[in-house]
Amino acid sequence: MNAWAQRVRQGDRRALARVLTWVENDTPEGRRALHDLFTATGRAHIVGITGPPGAGKSTLVAALARHLRQQRPQSRVGILAVDPSSPYTGGALLGDRVRLPADLVQDAGVFFRSMASRGAQGGLAPATQRAVQVLDAAGYDPIFVETVGAGQAEVDIMRLAHTVIVVQAPGLGDDIQAIKAGILEIAHILVVNKADRADAERTRRALEDMLRLGPGPDPTWTPPVLLTVATTGQGVPAVAEALAAHRQHLHRTGAWQRQDEARLAQALDAALRDALWQRWRATLPDEAYQAVLRALQRREISPAEAVARLLPPAPPPA
Amino acid sequence: MTTDRKIRVLIAKPGLDGHDRGAKIVARALRDAGMEVIYTGLRQTPAMIAEAALQEDVDVVGLSILSGAHMTLVPQVLQALRERGLDDVPVIVGGIIPPQDVPKLRALGVAKVYGPGAPTRQIAADIQALVRGTAPAEASAP
Repeated sequence: MNAWAQRVRQGDRRALARVLTWVENDTPEGRRALHDLFTATGRAHIVGITGPPGAGKSTLVAALARHLRQQRPQSRVGILAVDPSSPYTGGALLGDRVRLPADLVQDAGVFFRSMASRGAQGGLAPATQRAVQVLDAAGYDPIFVETVGAGQAEVDIMRLAHTVIVVQAPGLGDDIQAIKAGILEIAHILVVNKADRADAERTRRALEDMLRLGPGPDPTWTPPVLLTVATTGQGVPAVAEALAAHRQHLHRTGAWQRQDEARLAQALDAALRDALWQRWRATLPDEAYQAVLRALQRREISPAEAVARLLPPAPPPA
Repeated sequence: MTTDRKIRVLIAKPGLDGHDRGAKIVARALRDAGMEVIYTGLRQTPAMIAEAALQEDVDVVGLSILSGAHMTLVPQVLQALRERGLDDVPVIVGGIIPPQDVPKLRALGVAKVYGPGAPTRQIAADIQALVRGTAPAEASAP
């Protein structure tokens, strides 16, 4: 294990921040660190937070982090907050830190990192999963991942997180909109935030009615619908309890293990695809590739024909 | 997979002044210049700013100070950064800074000082130069 990975494992926050930058930029140092840290991953409870802009995702994450730190002072809470990159300039305004109060900013048991989506469409950034692995290896547990919050089904978080919290607020839309947005398909816990507003109860009933019509992502788990006022902390302990209950449920049913295995199977396939592609591409002279590409771009050949010209025929089965 | 190196900038408002219009304009302009801007909001203590700079691993820290307390706040922020081993992170300051204070801030180690009306394009260009390590280290005209 190299020095940087060692420092991350030992709780050096400066090293953690630097390794996260490398991982985000997919540099050789970042790949090396991920390689060194991998055996220490797989322990943290990864919790996704999604929901429409303005529902209170960041404020709820901050309230949950504070509650968990008070409950278990020896625990360390990681937070990754994803905000969109501009499709025009590639820049991003990452503003989720505004919701992080002074005590949490200076709490050595909390690590908060903003990430720009950098062109990814599913509500996360291209490197979010790798950033989670780094925090995991550094001993952060739970790790909250706050999505961009486009409001519509953000499927990537479902693949990455053990538990998905969908945050709604009263008055953001009717139940048809909630069905359209696909929140029931991904939510393990539903939170109606800003519950001090008049129509919070109505929003809760609408969500509960919808839950009776069809199950959530896991037929063996009924998603609770919880009311919170994240700005005051009201209702936040119940969300923390629901998180703990869902974690237990995943362990009891073996789903934690199964999901982990499925995720790693996907990771292997993806790594193999990358490696095979790179190995093959290195054998192909660039002129040959460009010639076929230009023929395709002139619509002289189809993509299938282009592949047939570039790839050698598969060897006959032995 | 992108290996393209994005410049990360922290824009923070230390102290107690109650409006952050200028800070937001700069944050927006830097975003439009292709940077990733971490915006922390109002009323940040020097320790909070330094801690955010550490966790976010930013390339540059930008402070907006309108209250007149820059000669108190800037040394505190620089000190908090040093305590965390972040001496190498350039700090730029914008706001209402009397001309006679500019050399004092520069002497403390501030890389650039901007007065009201500083062109945001210049700020973005300066940050790019600072990160590339090619910045001529002098204050821009306020």
